[in-house]
Amino acid sequence: METAIKEPTTSKSNFKSEEYFINMGPQHPATHGVLRLLLTIDGEIIKKVEPDLGYIHRSIEKMCENNSYQQIVHLTDRLDYLSSHINNEAVCLCVENALELEVPERVKVIRTILGELTRIASHTLWWGVMGMDVGALTTYFYGFRDREMINDIFEETCGARLTMNYNVPGGLMQDIHPNFVKRVKEFIPHFRSKLPEYDRLLTGNIIFQKRTKGVGILSKEDAINFGASGPVARASGYSCDVRKYHPYSALDKITFTEALDTTGDSFARYKVRIAEMWESLAIIEQLIDNIPEGDFKVATNAVIKLPKGDFYQKVETARGEFGVYIISAGTKNPYRVKFRSPGLSNLSLLNHIAVGGKIGDLVATMATIDIVVPDIDR
Amino acid sequence: MNSISNIINWLISTEVLNMAMIALIYLTVFAVLGLFLVLLERKVAAWFQLRIGPNRVGYLGLFQTIADALKLVSKELTGTVKADKFLYNLAPYFVIVTSLMALAVFPFTKDLQAFDINIGIFFLIAISSIGVIGILLGGWSSNNKFALIGAMRSGVQTVSYELSVGLSLLTMVILTGSLQLSEIIEVQKSGWLIVQGHIPAIIAFMIYMIAGTAETNRAPFDMVEAESELGAGYHTEYSGMKFAYFFLAEFINMFIIAAIATTIFFGGWLSPFGITESLPWMGLFWFLAKTFVLVFLMMWFRWTFPRLRVDQLLTLEWKYLLPINLVNLVLMAVIVWLNLTIQI
Repeated sequence: METAIKEPTTSKSNFKSEEYFINMGPQHPATHGVLRLLLTIDGEIIKKVEPDLGYIHRSIEKMCENNSYQQIVHLTDRLDYLSSHINNEAVCLCVENALELEVPERVKVIRTILGELTRIASHTLWWGVMGMDVGALTTYFYGFRDREMINDIFEETCGARLTMNYNVPGGLMQDIHPNFVKRVKEFIPHFRSKLPEYDRLLTGNIIFQKRTKGVGILSKEDAINFGASGPVARASGYSCDVRKYHPYSALDKITFTEALDTTGDSFARYKVRIAEMWESLAIIEQLIDNIPEGDFKVATNAVIKLPKGDFYQKVETARGEFGVYIISAGTKNPYRVKFRSPGLSNLSLLNHIAVGGKIGDLVATMATIDIVVPDIDR
Repeated sequence: MNSISNIINWLISTEVLNMAMIALIYLTVFAVLGLFLVLLERKVAAWFQLRIGPNRVGYLGLFQTIADALKLVSKELTGTVKADKFLYNLAPYFVIVTSLMALAVFPFTKDLQAFDINIGIFFLIAISSIGVIGILLGGWSSNNKFALIGAMRSGVQTVSYELSVGLSLLTMVILTGSLQLSEIIEVQKSGWLIVQGHIPAIIAFMIYMIAGTAETNRAPFDMVEAESELGAGYHTEYSGMKFAYFFLAEFINMFIIAAIATTIFFGGWLSPFGITESLPWMGLFWFLAKTFVLVFLMMWFRWTFPRLRVDQLLTLEWKYLLPINLVNLVLMAVIVWLNLTIQI
């Protein structure tokens, strides 16, 4: 551990400063899980950030090779657990595409509504944690208050609050709960009235703006070069919403604007996520009144065998572009599965944008990247 | 021999016994006060955060922090092997003793004041700056990098904000013409100082509250602990009762900062417009009522604002508060010179 880099600075003062090495994590409140950051610091100034992964590696991709396609869906809950529904959807869509299965309209609409609810739930949690990372502890509870309503909706319909497993290849596990539409309609006006409260508490705060504006600037070129996606890339002006460019489920019938910003700093990433919550509400509003009647599932074989070949499907999770790449040998198990997780590429640019800032900046920047460690480390 | 017998005589005299008794009472009362401040903070936090807060131990959770304290007392004291043992063990006492010492000079009511020294304000400022030595020692001797960063931040912060605390109090001293706290209260019989000194007094009060919050290392100036950045900051390696000393000192310091503001700006134990002048012991009520309003204000800060960054903290002090303070000091001097104070 003691690998202090001895490098006297070139300053002319009599004080000699020395860079030193510090471990942030794997147990650290700001790393949101078991991420370990190896920091090289000069006083308070960050010289180098090296993320060290592997503390929560569960070899999910390898496990997929020994599981049937229905079972793989369940494993994806455990990647980005805040976007579990959207992850499930990605695998289901991939399998359905491979089987050339046309799912009923009802399924598509319900999947999209639940996906957007998941996005809001994820962003409310992120907002709470963002506040906490910059030191405003109260935001956490405000975020959770609203997330709780969504979780209750999930619980009623899917039977679970976090790892929902509601999607199956061919449709949904079961039909939506009779209360579903009513409760979602209750949630929309509630959240519309609470979102301005978020702005009043945190966005408008002068300290918060000072902490985030001009900090952790990511240029559009760098966003593309690092393979960033989701709100992180969109805050740098890189329009990359999968929902817009490769619409899946019921998203092709929806009109919504992609939240974009050009500044690329922490505050821009913050604003993009707030705007995304408004957009998600708009998407849900367009769909909730006209959920078509019909089956919630098309029959598939009990043992799904994908035709031989490669299949790829990408979706937009709350963190960015999530891709599922399945290589099938024509058997009931995939030959190889690769998940393209948004978190890994977004984390990879941390060193690029955090160097030169203070320790406090690193924490604020990391919060705006919105990492979920099990998604990064599979 | 004569001098030794004199000392022995003095030691067994009633004077010393009285002093010991007073000290014991102060210790007990303020340790309990500290515990209930923790409870109050948790209740206030819960209220801000849509929660209920502690409500299991005793009626409305009143004994929650007492139970916590008992737990902390009974815990094993763990420490690091590499720590500098002597300094490591000494540090918590620096912090707690200095904060308890500061309480000695407050006039809680007309006759309830342990020491009425003629340099009361000076004593308070001096004592409150010793506390930071404990934090620095704790951070340094723990042999932990996070603790060290926390301690260094604490040093920077306290040294800077002490200037503002001192200068804003000095502004008020121009008005009172005395450093003795009991005399400052006497002066306020013709109007609380925040009224007497009007504009410069209000500016001084605002600066004092900002700097005072920073002095106690509370949010939005809690860089020293900065949970999301440094884990627990300077007291990372402390456990059990030693941690409790740091924790308790923070709350007692908050009370002290509020109590100084009450004494200097809001007339101490004086009732508004002298409505309870004739009743005995009502002074204590007014003193505590005013202090707890200010304590609540500081809790309000903590549960609303995000934390500043360490360089922003210094910018705020050196580029804004200090120049404003110096101008304010001159303004107050001019007002007193021209006799423009408001007397009721």
